[in-house]
Amino acid sequence: MLEIKNLHANAGDTPIIKGIDLNIGAGEVHAIMGPNGSGKSTLSNVLAGRPGYSVTRGEVLYAGQNLLDMPTEIRAREGVFLAFQYPVEIPGVGNSYFLKTSVNAVRTHRGEDELDAMDFLSICEEKMKLVEMPSDLMSRSINEGFSGGEKKRNEILQMLLLEPKLCILDETDSGLDIDALRVVAEGVNAMRSPDRAMLVITHYQRLLDYIVPDRVHVLSGGQIVRSGGKELAGELEAKGYGWIGNPE
Amino acid sequence: MSAQNPELERLANEEYKYGFVSDIESDQIAPGLSEEVVRLISAKKEEPAWLLDFRLKALARFQEMLEEKHEPGWAKVDYPEINYQDIIYYSAPKPSVEVESLDEVDPELLRTYEKLGISLDEQKRLSGVKVAVDAVFDSVSVATTYRAELEKQGIIFCSFSEAVKNHPDLIKKYLGSVVPYSDNFFACLNSAVFSDGSFAYIPKGVRCPMELSTYFRINSAGTGQFERTLLVADEGASVSYLEGCTAPMRDENQLHAAVVELVALDDASIKYSTVQNWYPGDKNGVGGIYNFVTKRGACRGKRSKISWTQVETGSAITWKYPSCILQGDDSVGEFYSVAMTNNYQQADTGTKMIHIGKNTKSTIISKGISAGRGQQTYRGLVKIGRKAEGARNYSQCDSLLLGSECGAHTFPYLDVENPSATVEHEATTSKIGEDQIFYCLQRGLSEEDAISIIVNGFCKEVLRELPMEFAVEAQNLLSLSLEGSVG
Ligand SMILES: Nc1ncnc2c1ncn2[C@@H]1O[C@H](COP(=O)(O)OP(=O)(O)O)[C@@H](O)[C@H]1O
Ligand SMILES: [Mg+2]
Repeated sequence: MLEIKNLHANAGDTPIIKGIDLNIGAGEVHAIMGPNGSGKSTLSNVLAGRPGYSVTRGEVLYAGQNLLDMPTEIRAREGVFLAFQYPVEIPGVGNSYFLKTSVNAVRTHRGEDELDAMDFLSICEEKMKLVEMPSDLMSRSINEGFSGGEKKRNEILQMLLLEPKLCILDETDSGLDIDALRVVAEGVNAMRSPDRAMLVITHYQRLLDYIVPDRVHVLSGGQIVRSGGKELAGELEAKGYGWIGNPE
Repeated sequence: MSAQNPELERLANEEYKYGFVSDIESDQIAPGLSEEVVRLISAKKEEPAWLLDFRLKALARFQEMLEEKHEPGWAKVDYPEINYQDIIYYSAPKPSVEVESLDEVDPELLRTYEKLGISLDEQKRLSGVKVAVDAVFDSVSVATTYRAELEKQGIIFCSFSEAVKNHPDLIKKYLGSVVPYSDNFFACLNSAVFSDGSFAYIPKGVRCPMELSTYFRINSAGTGQFERTLLVADEGASVSYLEGCTAPMRDENQLHAAVVELVALDDASIKYSTVQNWYPGDKNGVGGIYNFVTKRGACRGKRSKISWTQVETGSAITWKYPSCILQGDDSVGEFYSVAMTNNYQQADTGTKMIHIGKNTKSTIISKGISAGRGQQTYRGLVKIGRKAEGARNYSQCDSLLLGSECGAHTFPYLDVENPSATVEHEATTSKIGEDQIFYCLQRGLSEEDAISIIVNGFCKEVLRELPMEFAVEAQNLLSLSLEGSVG
């Protein structure tokens, strides 16, 4: 589903990603762990096509296509979803309206009919239950005044509605209490399917107690310095990131 | 940014869609301003002597101001000197006979309004909602709909010229009572040469059962449009009034200098909404309307209320300050404004809230959006008079910049003579957030749609003040006016 080959990338003018190779097959869940500043968000931004980030070397194939050639919104419509570490507030724009616009943009791209307000509402309500999202959040402005947990639930709700093929979750667990963590993890687990790939980025092991990954990679200094099975997460937690050392 | 986006390309190439010219023969007088011209306009309208007198006094004052170079120079707008002798002051579609029913209106005129999305056929409502329309074409009103239905409740809604003939007492009483002929340069010009406009009177205790509206269309080349609107809401009456405007695309600038006067008596309320979409000129700033307008409402009665809502997307230059004079105790004034300037458009707009009565209250919400090389100024005055015990004002002025070559300026003036007053002012200027756009793109929205929803969200507090169908039109307009502002 996702093949990253010798990826080098800059944030602004600063080289941050320094040669990453990573393959995630359909149906797999991979975790990327790493200390703050190791380049985790940079990697997810590069994959999603955020302006200000540039690839200097290497390539990324998504379902066999050259991902880096696609404009940002086309990547999204083709099924690449990024759950933001810091979800953005957009004052005055209704959450429900935004979600519907987004779902219909993706549906239109897939050649499906747009959902009308009624259909959207009924699908939405079903998914909202899954992430225990209070209904008043739908009529408020996007993320404006949402608590940390509400913002993250809103991200997962969007993911559930858009049914992407590649889900990238950037530190979705950070700032969540244990209940919110459980809810978010349940939402993610509900998305696990044989034709969907997931990249779960986290600083802590605890999320991986709920979302059990197939593979764990440790990112440090813009490179993957270690890869292993799910036990690697536990090992890291016990020994700390210092154990990994710095590649440079 | 994403140049491959076909929607962006489409929008960027879309022209001002109201820019067509209708082929309608017109009765015009020669360009130029003189006593003879003013007398001619007055004679064409068979006006009473007192009105001609009003015009001539205004003309004399205007000529003085012209000589003394009183044309306002304080606004932050830039334009070459206007030669007032080059303008045609009267242009009416032929035949200029007054029509008794819509069947007699030139079908080409009806088609023009249909093309603009305005139906003058009472049976064929475009929106499904009844809106009474007064259609002003160049210098004259060509039709007013739903008059019979309104008359049943004693509501008068007609062209200004007809009002002069049929309701001279009301006109004599209120004309110039809010904006005196000598008020300012452009109001003075208007008072001398105004050719038509709309008049509405809502009698005591009557809530007007439908929206009243005037649709202004400039068609002829070389003409200026100088209309006059007068709305009076008698004690306990209420009315919601809408105003829309468009003009053909032309290389030359055309002057539109209107005067609007509102009067609200005890417990009356007037809601006045404008969607201003005059031709803004082309991408390089050639052509477009100079929109130099004086709008003022007097809350004369106790507990009266006047609310201005404006969405200003058109015109090469906009110069207007819809204001409220809060005379009656406990009266309320509101100003909700969205102004958008793109390409080389300039806008200097805002409001004046003059608190005279006790416990008067005013609210100002202004949202300015600048894109391209657009320049935008909010200019507002809040004056609390000596006797305005307990007066309150809240002002909020937000500016949103799209790009780095545009500008936003805020000039709030404050004059408080009563220490018991509460005045609050908040102002923000922000650039449209790259992270907001990225968030939208990551959810599959095109860049154009992303900007459009962010801008509409920014304006929401104002847009929600508009009547329903107008709000939709205004949102579409905002999106259209942003065309070519990204890339
Ligand atoms: N736009 C940018 N310009 C320059 N440096 C950046 C930019 N964004 C991130 N960085 C730097 O890149 C490094 C990696 O950041 P990030 O990818 O956010 O790390 P992580 O998500 O692993 O904490 C940090 O040192 C950060 O300061
Ligand atoms: Mg990060």
